Amino acid sequence: MSVFLVGEHKEGQLKRVTLEILGELLKQGTTPTVVLLGKGGMDSIAADIAKKGPTKVVCLENAALETYSTEGYANSLYAFLSKQGATAVVAGATSQGKDFMPRLAAKFQSGFAADCTEIKVVGDKVTVRRPVYAGKCTKAVEFLKSPAVFTVRPNVFPPAPDKGASAAVEKAAAEVGNIRAKIAQVIASTVKKVELTEADVIISGGRSLKNAENFKILQDCANVIGAAVGASRAAVDAGYAPHDMQVGQTGKTVSPKLYIACGISGAIQHLAGMRTSKVIVAINKDPEAPIFQKADYGIVGDLFEVVPLLTEELKKLKAQS
Amino acid sequence: MNIFVMLKQVPDTETKIKVTADKSNIEKNDIKWIINPYDEFAIEEALKTKERLKEGTVTAVTVGPDRTVEALRTAVAMGADNAIHVKTDDVVDTFQVAKALSEVLKKESAQIVFTGKQAIDDDQAATFGFVSELVDWPSASVIVKVEIAPDKKSLKAERDVEGGTRHIIEMPIPCVLAVDKGINTPRYASLPGIMKAKKKEIKVYSFADLGVTGGPTVKESDYQLPPERSAGKKITGDAATQVKELVRMLREEAKVI
Repeated sequence: MSVFLVGEHKEGQLKRVTLEILGELLKQGTTPTVVLLGKGGMDSIAADIAKKGPTKVVCLENAALETYSTEGYANSLYAFLSKQGATAVVAGATSQGKDFMPRLAAKFQSGFAADCTEIKVVGDKVTVRRPVYAGKCTKAVEFLKSPAVFTVRPNVFPPAPDKGASAAVEKAAAEVGNIRAKIAQVIASTVKKVELTEADVIISGGRSLKNAENFKILQDCANVIGAAVGASRAAVDAGYAPHDMQVGQTGKTVSPKLYIACGISGAIQHLAGMRTSKVIVAINKDPEAPIFQKADYGIVGDLFEVVPLLTEELKKLKAQS
Repeated sequence: MNIFVMLKQVPDTETKIKVTADKSNIEKNDIKWIINPYDEFAIEEALKTKERLKEGTVTAVTVGPDRTVEALRTAVAMGADNAIHVKTDDVVDTFQVAKALSEVLKKESAQIVFTGKQAIDDDQAATFGFVSELVDWPSASVIVKVEIAPDKKSLKAERDVEGGTRHIIEMPIPCVLAVDKGINTPRYASLPGIMKAKKKEIKVYSFADLGVTGGPTVKESDYQLPPERSAGKKITGDAATQVKELVRMLREEAKVI
């Protein structure tokens, strides 16, 4: 079994999902090699993950990898991994992972499974389970060709802790090949948003918010505890929130520790996107709203009254700790 | 410009999913089939691209059993010029679908290829990546804006990445773009469009025609419904009391804050 975990890093920090996958692979009795890609200078990131139990860490370096590109990543990984006899390649199902991993799988003419929530390693075979229909159901996937190529959903597994011992860190030149699609410009977000799919806590609003300005009520509450703000399809379609905030079957599927649904009735397509949240809170004026059937805690009340009170209460809690 | 749209027919978002007795798939009787919502944005972007360029043809292509012809006719009713059906009754995987689509794109000399960022049934979001690799063209996903260069040899695509950041990606044509919701508002089919679509001759290919051989690359099994969540506690009292109690329970009972 020769498993390679493609590590993701941003602004000198390893993404938590990389550690989550490492933790789960180790738990399954498989020790992967971690591969990092970049223009160089990844020493501290490599040293960081080397302490968490991989076989070794390989930094694939090339000036062309300073910025992310689908082809740069897929080409470099293919060139490297095909020499290593990889039996499985895994990465986080992040916006990068979702982008280059299908291309990498196609290079290997292999099967692919996205956004897995279970990994099972038996002997030298990996099987995974993944949600389909936005989580209305799940299925098991067995790979018939080697290497197995798959991505893992963030926030599903606990991150690997420090192991004490440190694995070797190697450097190699990345063979980036022909990169035709290149980032010409980066438009940074004007506000620092917590990414929905990686958030621990999400506060979502529905059409009851009445307009885009009122989402500030949710944002104020979210800011106190570092939560992300989401929206229902009804709110997005009404123009109250941009689509990148939409949770549900035609938006993002999320599984935070805590999901607070404010003024969301609980349509089947919304429930599909958030049902795997650990704890669900519903705040809704209508006591008959279907969301209460799925919520661990429910408050029948006006969100315009309840949410600001919640914000204050969380501020107090924050001040104490 | 030879503009292509790769689309998939999927169960309506309101569908209640049931699993077959042998758990090998979902129950497919009594399903209302629709065009994958993200692919509708792709159709619209293809039609808009043709309008902006003031030339070209839009061809919709899908892979699937006979029922999927309906999705192609809808695309024609919206304004697509041509439709191609890769007919297969087998359950196929991403690789096989992508292989078939890539052969069609090559055969038909496609130039700009649009598709949705993911299909809402299988949620793999992988077909665009497989296809672009198999035809060896550049690609970009989660696209919210497209601008074609005046010489029509390259384009700029705006990609939504995490945390609200956007990347503007420049690439030569031919290429594959997987579009996100928000890129446009899909038009409705017009009455003359619907009439035209009914009579439209649809080109049919089989896997054999396209040289798609070999079996699937994955085996899928054991479909399961997630455990139902049950209703929890409703907190009573006035708003201030409710909120205090909620925070206490989230902290002490659920331990999530």
